[in-house]
Amino acid sequence: MADPIIQVENLGKRYQLTHEIRHDTLRDTLSHGMRGLIRRWRNREPRSALEEFWALREVSFEINRGEVVGIIGRNGSGKSTLLKVLSRITEPTTGRVTLKGRVASLLEVGTGFHPELSGRENIYLNGAILGMSRMEIRRKFDEIVTFAEVERFLDTPVKRYSSGMYVRLAFAVAAHLDPEILIVDEVLAVGDIAFQKKCLGKMESASRKEGRTVLFVSHNLHAVRQLCRSALLLADGRVLEAGPCGHVLERYVQATDASAPHVPRPSPELRDQAYITALAIETLAGHPLHSAAVGQPWRVRVRLRLARPYRNFVVGIGLVTTDGVAAQTAWMPPVDIAAGDHEASFEQTVALQASTYTVIVGLSSDDQSIQQIEAGRLDISGDQPHGYYPLTSGAGVVLNSMTTSLRPV
Amino acid sequence: MASPAYPDSAVTVLEPGRSAAHYWRDLWRHRELLGFLAWRDIKVRYKQAVLGVAWAVIQPIITTVIFTVIFGHLARMPDGGIPYPLLVLAGLLPWQLFSTALANSSGSLVGNSNLISKIYFPRLIVPLAAISVSLMDFLIVLALFLGMSLWFGHVPTWHWLVMPGFLLLALALALGAGLWLTALTVKYRDFRFIVPFLIQIGVFISPIGFRTDYYPNWRPLMALNPMTGVIDGFRWCLLGGTQNLQPSSVILSASLSLTLVLSGLWFFRRTERSFADII
Repeated sequence: MADPIIQVENLGKRYQLTHEIRHDTLRDTLSHGMRGLIRRWRNREPRSALEEFWALREVSFEINRGEVVGIIGRNGSGKSTLLKVLSRITEPTTGRVTLKGRVASLLEVGTGFHPELSGRENIYLNGAILGMSRMEIRRKFDEIVTFAEVERFLDTPVKRYSSGMYVRLAFAVAAHLDPEILIVDEVLAVGDIAFQKKCLGKMESASRKEGRTVLFVSHNLHAVRQLCRSALLLADGRVLEAGPCGHVLERYVQATDASAPHVPRPSPELRDQAYITALAIETLAGHPLHSAAVGQPWRVRVRLRLARPYRNFVVGIGLVTTDGVAAQTAWMPPVDIAAGDHEASFEQTVALQASTYTVIVGLSSDDQSIQQIEAGRLDISGDQPHGYYPLTSGAGVVLNSMTTSLRPV
Repeated sequence: MASPAYPDSAVTVLEPGRSAAHYWRDLWRHRELLGFLAWRDIKVRYKQAVLGVAWAVIQPIITTVIFTVIFGHLARMPDGGIPYPLLVLAGLLPWQLFSTALANSSGSLVGNSNLISKIYFPRLIVPLAAISVSLMDFLIVLALFLGMSLWFGHVPTWHWLVMPGFLLLALALALGAGLWLTALTVKYRDFRFIVPFLIQIGVFISPIGFRTDYYPNWRPLMALNPMTGVIDGFRWCLLGGTQNLQPSSVILSASLSLTLVLSGLWFFRRTERSFADII
């Protein structure tokens, strides 16, 4: 049963950070080098060590043939570096990776697409770049074109394509790769929902029917949950948790609990105006909430401090999906408000589709924005209850559908 | 399921310093990509130009006319019985090949940085593809030369058969210098300014507009420029041996180009593994 196709042992990747000093031109390097030499000669001080940064450290794991593994972690946790090492774009500093089979990596949609070339030409070019042979591309050409739904525009330069067509074509080529190991980075974050579904389906069937191994990095916990049976959680370049998908996702949500929701310290200018002091995403009973089931009610409470009274003061809230689609916006009716502490509450009244949402809160007065912060993440998951029609996140913005209240505290 | 080029059993081991292990095998496997990248550059180059391929002909014709007027008519340099335009074009042919190959290859890595930071392939493919594009222009101008030479009543002789050797020499020179420059440009963008400068100087110090065999005193000095041997060689081949060949300058060019290619390969391979990190 255990047939590891990817073995990673004690993998480490170090980058050297040079602070402030960037030697982009030869002159900089020369002058810096000279100065260093002189300084060393004069003071005999040892050359100041470059700061080291380990993007990956002591990473070990094994992945079996046919597994679909999600790689999750916050920004800067080392996910992208791991993918770059596995796709051989950059060399590891320590450790060892053994890959048994042909690897194709998809770190970006449409790598190497040339805007001047036609769709047909780009299929060949992109296919070759992703590692397909000419024969292979020719064999799959029709399938790719049908999948991308661009038959009519095959001989149009892709610079005239709509962004949707462009992404569809690029993904179609990638989806028809036949590697034993497929590495995918967040590429599903583009394109419309229907096409994303199609791509997910294609990847799923590839792993199930053809025994392909897929490594999938995403911020969209919902997509990871849907696609992957196991997952790997990275934090600060180390493997924090690995195992069955549900278990790892739970751990991830817990790990994010500690810090979220996150309210930044107000800037000095804001201290004289108005700013958000605290924020909570919670159940109606007041328990902190980080992942909700589809249709489960929840609310956001925002504490504000006003240094002076405002006219036409508005508190607004926005939910954005991980792919950057604004799913819902709601704001309070404008009020004239006194200085002091206030609490605003937004209660969800519509059901959102399963996805991971970023909660954005903004303050404004007389249509002038005062503060806007990215407050936290909310992971909505689960099946749609029967007879229930949740809002699809791509369907557009739902305006002012929340129950709101604003009162002094 | 797997394509023939990638057998199922292929096991890749990634370790620090290991990228050298299968480099040449990998390069061979990616030969189709080399073709596609060259094809892309050629296609894109002529796609938006209304005159298309004509540009490849117009440039050398105008340069030939100017050099013929300056060197042949104003300076009255000796032609040895060869129509002056033919003399110029025979020298311009290798020079243009060298300068476009050098310019293309030295800018190639930075020009393809999006590929390099997103996809693995032996990076050597990039400058190689860039150089092969310049061959396209060369072939067009070579056809122009053939037509002109027939029009002037010069029928190709067996000397033409030696030409590919000098062609390789010019390409090797461009590749060697190009490998150094493109790898250096990844880290230091300064080197972008060096190439046009080198080419500009090269136009003046290379015997493009005149033949060297009438200046025996200057020949040893001119031979220090590796392109002199190449240009002399091209004239010898294309003009039926009417210009005598100085073996020492050819040997010098050949040994210099070999040194450049080998050292260029060494430097390129040494710096290659960090391209994706710093580009």
